[in-house]
Amino acid sequence: MTVQTTTSAVLELRNVTKTYRVKQGLFGKAKPLTAVNDVSLSLPRGEVLGLVGESGCGKSTLAKILLGLEAPSMGQVMVDGQEITAQDRLSLARRIQPIFQDPYSSLNPRKSIFDIVSLPLRVHGIGDKAHWDTEVRRILDIVGLPARVMNTFPSQMSGGQRQRVAIARALIMKPEIVICDEPTSALDVSVQSQILNLLGDLRSEFGLTYLFISHDLAVVEHLATRVAVMYLGRIVEESDVAGLFDDARHPYTQALLKSVLTPEPGLGVPDTQLGMAYPNPIDPPSGCQFHPRCPMAGAHCKSVAPRSVPTSHGHVECHLHDPDSPMYDAKVA
Amino acid sequence: MVDTSTTDSLLREITGPTPGQMLRKRVFGHQGLLFGGIVLAILLFIAIFAPLLAPHDPYAQSLMTRMQPPVFLGGDWEHPLGTDHLGRDYLSRLIYGARVSLMIGAVAALISGVIGTAMGVAAGYFGGRVDMVVTFLINVRLAMPVVLVALAVVAILGGSLQVVIVVLGLLLWDRFAVVMRASTLQVRGREYVAAARAIGASTPRVILSEIMPNIANNLIVVVTLEMAHAILLEAALSFLGLGVQPPTPSWGLMVSEGKNMMLFEPWMVLIPGAVLFLLVLAINLMGDGLRDVTAPENRS
Amino acid sequence: MEKPLLSVRNLTIDIPVGGGTLHAVRGIDFDLNRGETLCIVGESGSGKSLTSLALMGLLGKNIDRSADRMEFDGTELTTASPRTMRALRGARMSMIFQEPMTSLNPAYTIGDQLIEALRLHKPVSREAARARAIELLEKVGITAAASRLSQYPHQLSGGLRQRVMIAMALMCEPELIIADEPTTALDVTIQAQILRLLHDLGQEMNMAMILITHDLGVVARVADKVAVMYAGELVETGSAVDVFNTPLHPYTRGLLRCIPLPGKTARGSTLGTIPGIVPSLVGDIEGCAFRTRCPHALPACQSAIPLQGRPDHAFRCIHEDGKRHDEEAMA
Repeated sequence: MTVQTTTSAVLELRNVTKTYRVKQGLFGKAKPLTAVNDVSLSLPRGEVLGLVGESGCGKSTLAKILLGLEAPSMGQVMVDGQEITAQDRLSLARRIQPIFQDPYSSLNPRKSIFDIVSLPLRVHGIGDKAHWDTEVRRILDIVGLPARVMNTFPSQMSGGQRQRVAIARALIMKPEIVICDEPTSALDVSVQSQILNLLGDLRSEFGLTYLFISHDLAVVEHLATRVAVMYLGRIVEESDVAGLFDDARHPYTQALLKSVLTPEPGLGVPDTQLGMAYPNPIDPPSGCQFHPRCPMAGAHCKSVAPRSVPTSHGHVECHLHDPDSPMYDAKVA
Repeated sequence: MVDTSTTDSLLREITGPTPGQMLRKRVFGHQGLLFGGIVLAILLFIAIFAPLLAPHDPYAQSLMTRMQPPVFLGGDWEHPLGTDHLGRDYLSRLIYGARVSLMIGAVAALISGVIGTAMGVAAGYFGGRVDMVVTFLINVRLAMPVVLVALAVVAILGGSLQVVIVVLGLLLWDRFAVVMRASTLQVRGREYVAAARAIGASTPRVILSEIMPNIANNLIVVVTLEMAHAILLEAALSFLGLGVQPPTPSWGLMVSEGKNMMLFEPWMVLIPGAVLFLLVLAINLMGDGLRDVTAPENRS
Repeated sequence: MEKPLLSVRNLTIDIPVGGGTLHAVRGIDFDLNRGETLCIVGESGSGKSLTSLALMGLLGKNIDRSADRMEFDGTELTTASPRTMRALRGARMSMIFQEPMTSLNPAYTIGDQLIEALRLHKPVSREAARARAIELLEKVGITAAASRLSQYPHQLSGGLRQRVMIAMALMCEPELIIADEPTTALDVTIQAQILRLLHDLGQEMNMAMILITHDLGVVARVADKVAVMYAGELVETGSAVDVFNTPLHPYTRGLLRCIPLPGKTARGSTLGTIPGIVPSLVGDIEGCAFRTRCPHALPACQSAIPLQGRPDHAFRCIHEDGKRHDEEAMA
């Protein structure tokens, strides 16, 4: 085994940027689309980092980069202190595994559950058929499925069971990090809680580290230990979970929190005051990219991009919280 | 770790049929597929066991017994379907002709299937430049009139069974490429493909074990259609004298040879025409049936 | 008391399937007054979407619908001719679907579709219809409404498309709007805006609304009345406050325990679950369909279950209070 320097971060992103070239129309010129914009994050071992943001904010692109499915245009991704571009595909796959959103699309309908769950062992050439059999039985038991599902096919299972199979496939190689991309949003409420409980149990039992991507802030609050809020490819606020939910700094985070509809009658539907729709990422706004939707924005926000400033529980990119910014005093409102 | 009440209820809930069982049920409930399959199986059996089944040597000429009518037109049982203008037993030639038709259909479909599938899957999976090149090649191919090109090539190289098979095989890949490209595009966006890649599976493995099984049903349908297509084209070429050369028994050639006597002995054209019709109908029914039978899984 | 706008009694939907009949909706009753919002909440397969399609007369041909009564403002929908239904649909009752992309025609501009929606039912000029379309697009919060009219659906984002769908549903000032998961495909911030919009417009135009959803948060915030649906039955109905604050049916309580409540549920704690799965609805179903998953099930649950409680907060359970007090004492 490699000798590890005792960096506590099992996963670290340094100024990661991913730019695509998007063609508009048949003869249009290709324009750059910055899906992930200068993201730096560090994920300590055993923590759950919740990544929240609206669709198109770049959270799924970030997940693909971490899984090695896309290469970053700039910046570094370090797993256990090693850059992932320096690692081969197989050793990265042993460390990071995904759980996807849609259990109807994430399992190959032509393969039996045994084939699906044992695929990582077969790809990595670990053990023989007897070993695969014991391993599959073991992991199915761990995720709460009876061994006899091994010979069934995904089409015979319910959504919750399929998601358990997907979890079994992700965990059979004992990875350190699991990227959960909206793992419960396609499931029914009663099944969702079973899967969340399972993910929580597995984390404490195997010391897993999760990157938990979700649009459901109630779920993120429940499971995450740290939260990063993404807007147009940037992390606009990052904080420990208590700090974020009790003392959100960024106006966008505040609006997201406001828009959570808890099952409490009589409160009505909140006004997020976000106004306009999500901007087109090909044509991002100037200055602070959030300014067109921000209820607190001033002239300074339109022209100057905010820098990252530390808070008591993380950091935030907002002029209102930058003591050197002329907007600093405006936040009293 | 997992509460047992959940596990117990999970045990109860897996009761649905396997995909294989569902497929079997649909296959046996589909009349067109069954009819086509049975007819095709019979013709295949006849083609394989032609030497055992044919009452006479298909090449044996007997000028004494030329142009004998089939039994239902007053002939005798020595030649149940009569004899041709060289006195060869018509039934035996028909039986051996099945070999030619099926062989041409199968081999031409195989060649074009390999070419078209490779191109289509590559275009769908890799996209970008590969896709551009393949799409261009498909368009070029679609702009060529198959029959004319086949005629020209056969006219230059001379007609023989091998030449016809190769020419058809190299011409009929367009539909494979189009269908496989579209199916691959659809499947490659599925999360199980991303999952396999995240596991570290190599590109050939992803294509062979994750993509191919999920587009195989479309492939089978195209195979049947192109088989029928190739068989008809061979018959047409042979009829024009540019396909299989005499004395090889081929249904298209039999129609061609019989056409001179059509006014006096219409059965000489009708009998090979009818079996050709039956074979193509059976293949098409089977292709249609396979599409019906495999489509429900695609949709869900 | 005012006569309800929509009154449904014993609505039943049967679907013939391979091995028999699927009893998708099994005798549901509800009333809806003008200006009221009814939320039908349930998990997938509970029959909630079929119920909405049945009201609109949009069920497939092979699906059997029957009801003792399905009266919309004096018109009996069960016996209404296809022509009467066509005249009602879009004009007096409109529907909003979950996926706006599939319900807008990609070949026509937004303007054409909005104008057509109005002119199909009302004898107005194109200019008047156009003016109305612009007015409504502005009302649903679309900026530069006039220029949007010439755009095609694919040029709009999901949130904008859903607003266009709402504007289209409102073109004829319907008295009833049926929205089937209108915000499920949208981001949370957009969801809140669309729900507010629907709610405000409903108040302003005194529209009745039926909102079909699986999201209890949405239900709690917008519903006047709530109907909890399980396996084709309404297991609990009542005002939003009653159903959420004093849930009587064990299923309703089970669902509420599954959701983490920010500030109330301890972070990282084990969430409540409902073990088991929805029973198959093929063939005869007797007794309480929830009994296989219910912690309070008794042998008596296999027989017919009475409707209990008050008319304004009813539930279907053999236990007098649905065992609510027992569960509270346990907690």
